[in-house]
Amino acid sequence: MSAISREEVANLARLARIEMSDAELDHLSGEMQVILGAVARVQEVASADVPPTSHPIPVNNVVREDAVIPSLSPTDALSGAPASSEQRFKVPQILGEAE
Amino acid sequence: MSLNYDQAIEKYEPTLGLEVHVELNTKSKMFCGCATEFGAEPNTQTCPVCLGLPGALPVVNKTAIESSILIGLALNCSIAPFSRFARKNYFYPDMPKNFQTSQYDEPICINGFLDVEIETYEGNKVFRIDIERVHMEEDTGKSLHVGGSTGRIHGAEYSLLDYNRAGIPLVEIVTKIVPNTGKYAPQVARAYVAALRDILRGLKVSDVKMEQGSLRCDVNLSLAPSGSGELGTRSETKNVNSLRSVETAVSGEILRQANRLQSGEKIVQETRHFLEESGETRPGRSKEKAEDYRYFPEPDLVPVVPDNKWIEELRKTLPEKPADRRKRLQSEWSVPEKEMTAMVNAELLDTVEETVKLGADPTKARSWWLGEISRIANERDVVATELISVTAVAQIINLINQGELTDKLARQVVDGVIAGEGTPADVISKRGLKVVSDDGALMKAIEDAIAAQPDTAERVRGGNIPAAGALIGAVMKATGGQADAAKVRELLLKHLGQ
Ligand SMILES: [Zn+2]
Repeated sequence: MSAISREEVANLARLARIEMSDAELDHLSGEMQVILGAVARVQEVASADVPPTSHPIPVNNVVREDAVIPSLSPTDALSGAPASSEQRFKVPQILGEAE
Repeated sequence: MSLNYDQAIEKYEPTLGLEVHVELNTKSKMFCGCATEFGAEPNTQTCPVCLGLPGALPVVNKTAIESSILIGLALNCSIAPFSRFARKNYFYPDMPKNFQTSQYDEPICINGFLDVEIETYEGNKVFRIDIERVHMEEDTGKSLHVGGSTGRIHGAEYSLLDYNRAGIPLVEIVTKIVPNTGKYAPQVARAYVAALRDILRGLKVSDVKMEQGSLRCDVNLSLAPSGSGELGTRSETKNVNSLRSVETAVSGEILRQANRLQSGEKIVQETRHFLEESGETRPGRSKEKAEDYRYFPEPDLVPVVPDNKWIEELRKTLPEKPADRRKRLQSEWSVPEKEMTAMVNAELLDTVEETVKLGADPTKARSWWLGEISRIANERDVVATELISVTAVAQIINLINQGELTDKLARQVVDGVIAGEGTPADVISKRGLKVVSDDGALMKAIEDAIAAQPDTAERVRGGNIPAAGALIGAVMKATGGQADAAKVRELLLKHLGQ
């Protein structure tokens, strides 16, 4: 039976950049516990000969030929951006992290 | 008191690990049809897929998969019968999707090796570098940090993003740990990246231009007390972008870590940035908070399951291994080891080979490209092949061999072609460069030379053949270098009864 601690939920929230109050963390820890419980039950049913799947349809090797198709115009590409400058997407100061 | 390199190596045993990222040279991106042109205007090569707009669906570029398999085969890897893409989740604006599509626990190629040879005072040594994996991923966008004084993040007010590069196919080649290189660790690292570059170039899957970032190297290094058999804490130096820098990054880290350990300090597991100007590294982000990318299989892409037929078809297209080719050409052309290395280092092996294929004598092809032409190219800071075509050089060499040009005249022809005066034939006719082959004119010059140096002529008559050099020189001078020296020698010796 998988278990998820309140600390792990808090860490996930941090990684996902979602701010959560103490009450929300308490609440969500409980809910995620239920979800993981359901997943664990599926795992019990799946025998060793059932490979884990990431895709509902059993297809492989869907590829495209290496051909260029026209891109968006820079104006269109930037049209959804909250801010832009010098034909580039403008984002707030990036804190910490690598370059 | 700080340790020097020899002292550091005596006390500590380095262990290497190398991660090389190579941008493939496909026409379109990894998961969409956007072009991959280097240096295009910002954000002119983007679409809903590579911008991560809602609802956009990626489809894998077939050529990128084939290039990755070729790389694996060339590195003696097994090709995984089943391989999948995963999402590497992180928040950083260089990827507009908030994740990078990569491969995680199911890479396309695994378990290969590459043998690299280095020159040492004790003769050439071969080191086997084991390859852990070759996996497919996509490149990130380019950020421009504005407001800081140095263009770095620190102090920047905001950043500007160009996503032209985001989504360009990238292959990451990861070695297993490389032990027992001892004092040669820096050279082995460099030789590995050079050998890899040659292989990738031979496969024609990448431009492999380190200066443009299409080949980038991360260097992992740890030290352990010599003979301890332990594995120390490693640092990871990012984006080392030239062969020389690979070598300096390794030796620099050996020195830095050895001196830290020596003074009782610990090595922190961290990412360091290589500073191209000083050859030193500075700390980047610390890995104390282990990165948690929450990888999970990419639901929008189906597995890559290469069958044997596909793999074998690709295997048939593998070119000769660069090391084998080098050995073959060296013996075919009878080139001394040192000159062969010079040719490889100058990146002129392909050029010389093409010139030879056009009928040029290998020794002449090599000496023209590495000598006169490289000299002019260096002066002008351009690449030799940009100055003059292989065809022109081959024509000039063939004319020398046919006795139509002397080396001296040929130099003028080369100058003329470089100056844009046309083909070698054009330059020869416009400048009136023709070997004096008229025996009458030559005989006149020979007789003049003999008359001017009767003593020398007498010595030659008496059997002192080397003395003829002075007379030949006088004839060449008199004909303004337009005579064929071999022909002059022949006529002169005959005239003097030799
Ligand atoms: Zn695109």
